[in-house]
Amino acid sequence: MSDARSTTEPAAKPGRMSGIGRVLVAVYAVLALAATGRSFTQIVQRFDEAPLAYTLSALAAVVYVIATIALVRPGRTSYRVAWVTIVFEFTGVIVVGTLSVIRPDLFPDATVWSFFGMGYLFIPLVLPPLGMWWLATHPPRTDAAAPAPGAASDARRAASGGRS
Amino acid sequence: MIEWFAYVQVAVAVAGGLLCVVLGLAKRVPNDLVLGVLALVELLLVVQVVVAIIAPGAGNPPTGSLLEFWVYLISALLLPPAAAFWALLERSRWATVVCGVAALAVAVMVYRMLQIWTVQQA
Repeated sequence: MSDARSTTEPAAKPGRMSGIGRVLVAVYAVLALAATGRSFTQIVQRFDEAPLAYTLSALAAVVYVIATIALVRPGRTSYRVAWVTIVFEFTGVIVVGTLSVIRPDLFPDATVWSFFGMGYLFIPLVLPPLGMWWLATHPPRTDAAAPAPGAASDARRAASGGRS
Repeated sequence: MIEWFAYVQVAVAVAGGLLCVVLGLAKRVPNDLVLGVLALVELLLVVQVVVAIIAPGAGNPPTGSLLEFWVYLISALLLPPAAAFWALLERSRWATVVCGVAALAVAVMVYRMLQIWTVQQA
């Protein structure tokens, strides 16, 4: 609660990476790994069959990797990159998900976003809103001002959780 | 790929993963039990690697893409060590949940590997 306690916390410990945010980042990392592996095999084995779908798979994989890294890294730039990539993912899953339902001929093979990410337990659809909520409640700390209330309370929660 | 072994592997990973998630939500920090679950999951994956190397030469070839199978298997092998390493960096309750998520992800990947080996026609 006190400002003194908050400001004495080491600046190197980013608010985004403590508490339940770690779980979010872990799920992002798994999704990035899954999307990368899948697009790798698709492109190596049969790129000619569905160039559009496989290019999208690769693009999605790259964006998931960038989003994961941006979530882990502290700082304002990473914060912005995380926002951009997460909004991109959300747009992708909505647009490609809708297209795969109304124009299945465009996507002869599945991408991570086909049918709103059904092949990935709808995680691609659920994760971006969670990521946006997380980013919105954990803005980067500025040097002069006190840390955001959300970040401070989360750090406290993480600290108390770590002792139990 | 030996079918019953794959099912045992999925069952162990699901049970262990759920256990870790429950322990994490019960505010436990990663302990020997959690790391033991990850070690067991990893050990079974290493056995799977040996099985996957021997099986095609022993009259048990995959029906699907062997490349895709190996991409899944190597990805799965990376998850438990990564989760354990991360859990030791910050020993919070959420690190325990992360370990559980990793084990559950391995379960999904092993099931997918079984599909590639037994039913997928590539």
